[in-house]
Formats: sequence, C-alpha cells, structure tokens
Amino acid sequence: MVLTLGNYRQVLAARTTDKEILKNAQDGGIVTALFAYALENDIIDGAIVAGPGQLPWQGMPMVAMNRQELLAAQKTKYNISPNMKLLKEATRSFGLEKVGFVGVPCMLQGLRKAQVYPIAMRDVPDKIALVLGIFCMEVFPYQSMVQLVEDHTNQKLESVSKMEIGKGKFTVCTERCAVTAIPLKVTHKYEQPGCHVCLDYVANLSDISSGSVGTPDGWSTVFVRTKKGEAVWNGAVAEGWFETQPIEQVKPGLDLVTKLATEKITKNKKTLEERAALGVGKGLRNPYLST
Amino acid sequence: MGLLSSIKKGMGGEEQQMPPTSPPAQTEEARREERATPDRIRVGHVHLCGCTGCVVALTDIYQGLFKVLDDYVDWVYGTTIADVRRIPEMDVALVEGAVCLQDHEQIQDLRTTRLQSKLVVAIGSCACTGNILRFSRGGQVNQPQHESFAPISDLVDVDVHIPTCAPTPQQIRNTIVMAYLLLKGTDDQKALAGRWLKPMMDLARTPFYQKASFNTLMQEVINQGLCMGCGTCAASCPVRAISMEFGKPNGTRDLCINCGACYAQCPRSFFDHDLMEQHESIMELIQGAMAPK
Repeated sequence: MVLTLGNYRQVLAARTTDKEILKNAQDGGIVTALFAYALENDIIDGAIVAGPGQLPWQGMPMVAMNRQELLAAQKTKYNISPNMKLLKEATRSFGLEKVGFVGVPCMLQGLRKAQVYPIAMRDVPDKIALVLGIFCMEVFPYQSMVQLVEDHTNQKLESVSKMEIGKGKFTVCTERCAVTAIPLKVTHKYEQPGCHVCLDYVANLSDISSGSVGTPDGWSTVFVRTKKGEAVWNGAVAEGWFETQPIEQVKPGLDLVTKLATEKITKNKKTLEERAALGVGKGLRNPYLST
Repeated sequence: MGLLSSIKKGMGGEEQQMPPTSPPAQTEEARREERATPDRIRVGHVHLCGCTGCVVALTDIYQGLFKVLDDYVDWVYGTTIADVRRIPEMDVALVEGAVCLQDHEQIQDLRTTRLQSKLVVAIGSCACTGNILRFSRGGQVNQPQHESFAPISDLVDVDVHIPTCAPTPQQIRNTIVMAYLLLKGTDDQKALAGRWLKPMMDLARTPFYQKASFNTLMQEVINQGLCMGCGTCAASCPVRAISMEFGKPNGTRDLCINCGACYAQCPRSFFDHDLMEQHESIMELIQGAMAPK
C-alpha cells in the first residue's frame, strides 16, 4: 500500500539560520544547509545536486564538493535533472566514500532500488550516506520551461531570477523584479508524462524530505524519516543551523500537505487504471508490484 | 529439500518434476567432498561460456564470503574454486555464461544441472540475456565452428535472474541473504525474502527480458510513457552506452552489449512500494546477516 506521507519520525517547520544560504534559498534553505552541515562534519564527502546546466535554468546533475558549489546549485529548477546519472560516477571518478544525494520522489525510488536491488550498482549501496528529498507534484521537460516562460509569461528565460509553484500559480520573477503568474491549469499539459504514474508526493524514501507546502513563505515543512536522517537532523539543530517551529503552530499546516499528497496519489492511481485499459482488451504496463 | 519446492510453488513457479535418477556411483572423490551440513544449502557454480567475471564478483564479497561459506552455503560444485568433477544434486545452481549450441558436452551439463537442481539461477547477463555473446559469429581457435551462443533460458527453465555484466557483489550478497532468510528465517523474514525475490523470478520468466538490451528499456519504459528522466539507466550501463539528452535516456545501440542492466535497474521496470518503504530495515537486515561473528 502506498503511504500518503510515508514513514517519519518527526515533522516540523524549519528554516536555516545561515544568512548566506537563506538569501538565495527557494524556501527555508533546508537542503543546502543540511549538505553544508554534513560536509563540515564529515558526514558526506560530496553531494549530488541539480546544478546549473549550459542553458538558462536547465537542471544538470553535479557533484558539489564544497559550500560554493552547493550555493551555485540553490533554487528549484522545475525541469528534469537526471541526478541518478551521477550516482555511480560519484563513487568512481569523484572517489566519494560517503555520498549525499538530493532528488525528487522518482529519483529516490531509483536510489532505494539501487540499494535494495543493486543489480548494476557495484559498491554503491553501502556508500550512500545522506538522502534528501524534495516534495514534487510533477516536473517539466526543458522545452516546456521555454514554452511556459517565454510564451506564456513573456519573459526571457535568462532574465528570470526565481520560479515558484504555489497557491495554484506558476510564478516567474525576473532580475528587475517583474513578477508574472499564470494559473496551474495552463501548465498541466506541459508536464512530463512519466510523472503522471508517480505515487509519491513528499519523498517518502528519503532520510529527510522538505518542501514549501504547509508552512508560511520563507519556511519549509521538514519530515525526518530514518534513523540516519534523525541523527543528522538532531545534530544540525543542536549546532544551531536551523530555527524550528512545531508544525501544529504554523499555517496552513500538515493538513494541506496531506490534501495535496492524497490528490496526487489518487489522480495518478486513476491514470494507472486508465493506462491499463487504454486499448481494446489491451493496455499499457503498470510498473508497480503494489500500489 | 521440501522447503525450496514449497517456496517455488508459493512464488508461482512450477515445481520441477525430478525424474527418478539412480544415485551416482560413490567414487572416493565424491565421498571426500561430502560433509554433514544440515543448516546450509547446497550451492554450486556451473560454468558455461562466460569469462569467469561472475564468480570473481562473488568472491568480491571479500570477508562476507567467509561468512557465507561458514554459515549459509555448502559449496558443492564449481570448477573454478572447488575440486569436484561431476555435477551433483544441488539446492541452488548458479549458472554462469551462455550455452554454446555446438558444444554437446556443455548442453549436457546444462541439462544435468536443470534436472539435478531445485533452483537454477542465471548469474550474469550471458546466462540471463546472452549479453555480448549474442554478437559472436564463431571462427576462433581452437573451435572455429562454435558460433551460436544462447541464454540458458532458451534450453531450460530458469528460476532466478541476477543480471548485469558483471553482476555486482552486493546483488549476489543480497540474493544469498534473502535465499537464506527464505529457508531459515522467521515467518516475517520469509515473507520479506519472498517479496524481494519475486521480481528476480519474474525477470527469469519474462520472454522480452530474456532478450534484453537498451531496446527493452526503450520499448517497455520509454515508449510506454513511463520514463521520468531520473538517470538510473545511464548510471547502470556498464559500457556507458546511455547518455541523458534533455533529461531523457539516449542509447548508443552500437555500444550496447545486450546485458539488460538498464531495464532491470530502472525504477519503472518493477517497483514494490511495500518493500521499498522498509528500505532501512532491509539494509540493516542484510548488514546484520553478513556481519562477522
């Protein structure tokens, strides 16, 4: 059975106390601050993150080995960055013994499968040290970003300083502070089709997952899920990397996270059923052994 | 071993009808190899046309191999690392390599293995999918007429696949631990191990997977609208034939060796949510099972 919010040990609202990270953060700077903390404390040797690509706002996986490289990879890109591509490479060319990884739920499905079934991942499963997850409803192919930003919001992609999905809108802010928003209804048809069979919203398979939904602007909702994740999270909080609030005391709170997760899972389960009956007495494959 | 056949039934596999075989004549050599091992399963390694990389991957479990040989496995056959000449009865036969259709002795070995083993495990892609031997056209000294090499599933039923070239020590380790838990574990562990093994047994019975290549990933994942561009296939490919172009896999099919790694490792080939939710305890279980005494 698919768990709506996954297994977790703690859930809370948090943002980093590191001003340099927070200045450029998508929300609470959780991922960047956690990796910076883990690098400083030798919990990881490096982290696979979605860094900048050759084209403006293109997500491209990179191995960040220091704070500067982490800062360069900040902010949500909303287009496909195949982070799993570097997982084996990080333990080879980069020589990492303790790998940090951040990804959206589907990548973490690949990552945990690579640990539990390391069919083609020699010497990888035991080197994964910290796995961070990001809430994800869907992503866009790069060409969809071009279409959405340049056609629908009439901005040049290279002049965009931040993109955001929230409160039913896709919002684009430029360097000159022009803000354009289009309703999500317009963006749906540009989504990556492979996302429509995904049954995970809040990165159930991460050690720690975070996202903006459920907390006020500038804060993030954080799920601490595994023993490893809890040790890292408690260590970082004890060192003063984060300020936190109980999730019950913030608006809109966990109810909204549950609502959106349920919506995503219900919608995509329906898609799976429709796919299976797409033809006449025939249909498309369902990849899941249990749903 | 009644347990193994009941497991195969439980997993949906056909129970192999064992033909009545007369017990092999007990030579001095065979007697010396025989030991009383009630708690261990009888495992052998049958070498067909393979490069020995798969059995080397097994030894690459390093210290874990001692734990395996001490506690879990009685190694009854394997021309590379055990001095036994006749294929004995086995609980688990690890078959490495494709079968050469012009080599009658080899075909006989494969037939004997199937008839005398409870579970036949194809280890490595040559045995699972034919791998690079699919491209062989013969003409080599000293048997130039040896030209057709087939995955063993073309000739016998295979129960479990451990694909990739070479298979990883960690996947072999996990398979051994799960097989052992299935036999000796608590009820919960048996259920867990059964779930874990099911997809590997399904692969062994899937016709398209027995001919796997990048095309399999293309046809069964990408063309089916399931790919979400995570990049796992690109990391899996042992020959770096897969690159990610604008977030989607692109296979250089001239480089593809038909090993089936990309499809097997892809999270959209098979994925069990119930099992994966327990990833932390599964990894702890495996590490616990392999910990030295």
